[in-house]
Amino acid sequence: MTDVAVVAFAQSKHVAADPNRNEVEMLMPVVAEALEQAGLEREEIGFVCSGSCDYLLGVPFSFVTALDAIGAWPPIRESHVEQDAAWALYEAWVRLQHGDVDTALVYGFGKSSLGDLHEIMTLQLDPYYLEPLWPDMVSMAALQARAYLDATGKTERDLAEVVVRSRAAAASNPNAIVAGTTTADALLKEQTTIAPLRTSDCPPITDGAAVVILATADRARAISERPAWIRGIDHRIEAHSIGVRDLATSRSTALAAGRAGAADDKVDLAEMHAQFSHEELIVRDALGLDDSATVNPSGGPLAANPVMATGLIRIGEAASRISAGGGDRAVAHASSGPCLQHNLVAVLEGE
Amino acid sequence: MSERCAVVGVGQTKHKSARTDVSIAGLVREAARKALDDAEMDWSDVDAVVIGKAPDMFEGVVMPELYLADALGAVGKPMMRVHTAGSVGGSTALVATGLVQAGIHERVLVAAFEKQSESDAMWALTVSQPFSAPLVAGAGGYFAPLIRGYMRRSGAPDHIGMLVAVKDRKNALRNPNAHLHLHDIDMKMVEESPMLWEPLRYLETCPSSDGACAIVLGNEATAAKVPRRPAWIHGTAMRSEPTMFAGRDQVNPQAGKDCAADVFRQAGVTDPRRDLDCAEVYVPFSWYEPMWLENLGFCADGDGWKLTESGATAFDGDIPWNPSGGVLSSNPIGASGLIRFAEAAQQVRGEAGDYQVDGARRALGHAYGGGSQFFAMWVVGSDKP
Repeated sequence: MTDVAVVAFAQSKHVAADPNRNEVEMLMPVVAEALEQAGLEREEIGFVCSGSCDYLLGVPFSFVTALDAIGAWPPIRESHVEQDAAWALYEAWVRLQHGDVDTALVYGFGKSSLGDLHEIMTLQLDPYYLEPLWPDMVSMAALQARAYLDATGKTERDLAEVVVRSRAAAASNPNAIVAGTTTADALLKEQTTIAPLRTSDCPPITDGAAVVILATADRARAISERPAWIRGIDHRIEAHSIGVRDLATSRSTALAAGRAGAADDKVDLAEMHAQFSHEELIVRDALGLDDSATVNPSGGPLAANPVMATGLIRIGEAASRISAGGGDRAVAHASSGPCLQHNLVAVLEGE
Repeated sequence: MSERCAVVGVGQTKHKSARTDVSIAGLVREAARKALDDAEMDWSDVDAVVIGKAPDMFEGVVMPELYLADALGAVGKPMMRVHTAGSVGGSTALVATGLVQAGIHERVLVAAFEKQSESDAMWALTVSQPFSAPLVAGAGGYFAPLIRGYMRRSGAPDHIGMLVAVKDRKNALRNPNAHLHLHDIDMKMVEESPMLWEPLRYLETCPSSDGACAIVLGNEATAAKVPRRPAWIHGTAMRSEPTMFAGRDQVNPQAGKDCAADVFRQAGVTDPRRDLDCAEVYVPFSWYEPMWLENLGFCADGDGWKLTESGATAFDGDIPWNPSGGVLSSNPIGASGLIRFAEAAQQVRGEAGDYQVDGARRALGHAYGGGSQFFAMWVVGSDKP
């Protein structure tokens, strides 16, 4: 395997709704910032890959116009996944194994404010047997939360503690939408919206974008003083129907973590794509983290959730902490689908 | 790149207007099962699954890899969903090829599909975007002015498009999977069909199909064990250019030229007409054959129509294009690119049945998408690269 590292990461200042900028306008400054961090010109990038979802904008081919944020002239080597941009990063990592190019730029973007995200995600479900019942994304998550609490004996207070920690961590994240000091008691006074979940257990609707630049061995060292090396990366999917899964666990996360070597050494920090408070507890178990690991130091998706970029941001956040010397070994997790159906795990290390 | 990669299994559905007998999952699984049977493998032999299709709005299922995971035997495995507009079928094969070449997986199942009967692609393609000029014209309306541009530039006579329409439909008569089997096809029939988008007549246009295609890719060790001859991948390339850019030549796009130059360099092809035995090229509208003949370097600029007119691209010509009948005879959009790649592989495997080009040893698979700004290509051969 060719060594590949994250050498730059930039994200937009996420907001609940950005009515004044389209996707390209949202992306362009983020692309520029990432290139500047890496000290690269656009023309030096060997491969470009992005992740987005047409249904967020409500038109087909939303990635086509987004390409203008990169400027694809002269023509470039480029690809796109209709998945969270963490999977675009995976494709770029594979592409860099080819050996003919040594840098890749990965971007993800989404404006959840344009439509009804909870209903759009319903369209991910089996179109014959499940989607016609219109279970929305939060209701599906609540089923998993209930299964988790029942199986573990944990309570809604444990969920609230996740929210308290997330908001406290987000206070130092300038890109967070939901941040600040609160207590479990205060949160538990809220009514549940879809039991056992409260609004505070759910991610904020967010518009945003993110960019990661990858580079191979020598190039990475030339670009960054302390590249965040991708020591392992793997992703796994599980059955679609929640009726055939053990919702209290995440087998696909555990499988991907094992393949990526997450538990091979001490983990200093983890960034998890846990959109709901209970997901953090489930993913944490699946990753096999002990109490010494700092969890979601950015505040995680509960602080800001620009859908289709959220997973990529986990990798970027983890990598930038490694590069800044805030840890030697990090695990980043990205997820897709109802009730954590599809999960990706990356292990990042300093030199 | 460390590992050699080969196509070791190919499967396709019978393409038709509406496959009401199967669900979306049933359609894709049908092609995947055929590809596994061809490779004499089972679901458990597959390490990873990569799927591709055109916009989710064509079926109304968001990120369909989630729903298709079970049907494609992907549970517990890595699964990806590629989307690069009309070129997606080709891009999907290339992403999967990368997984094998990088040594990450030994056997990868690739599937691409479209079930156009689930919706109206004409509508799904023309939803207007904020701050963009509305284009309620479908793909034909987009490409017709570019074809006009080609005719003016090259001085091509009006009947060239009809020649391609007849040739590809005649080829399709040899292909049992083709959607269109027009037994009486001739110039008169094409000429008398309604004009849809001047200069494109109804019969110069691709059909709207339900269908799926799947291939199994394997590394060298896998290719040594399969029952039928593998198609070795000699070169792969993708290129994209911007949609809105005054410097673009939309008739003869630079991204297509660059992509072809890259893939031919990797495969050691210096004169594609001479060095290749046949080509499966994405020709959804008749005139795109002469246009892509020039763009891909099979002849000099301005000469594409002369090649078509001379019969060089016919089944018995010196460089047959689309012996399977091409996109003009079957168009499950998201699968159409993968079908081109797979048909190129079938030719060099000697598995193309009644449309086998005699002695084919090297072939091009080509796909394009969007408004001609996305390109994916591979060259496959009977011999190890």
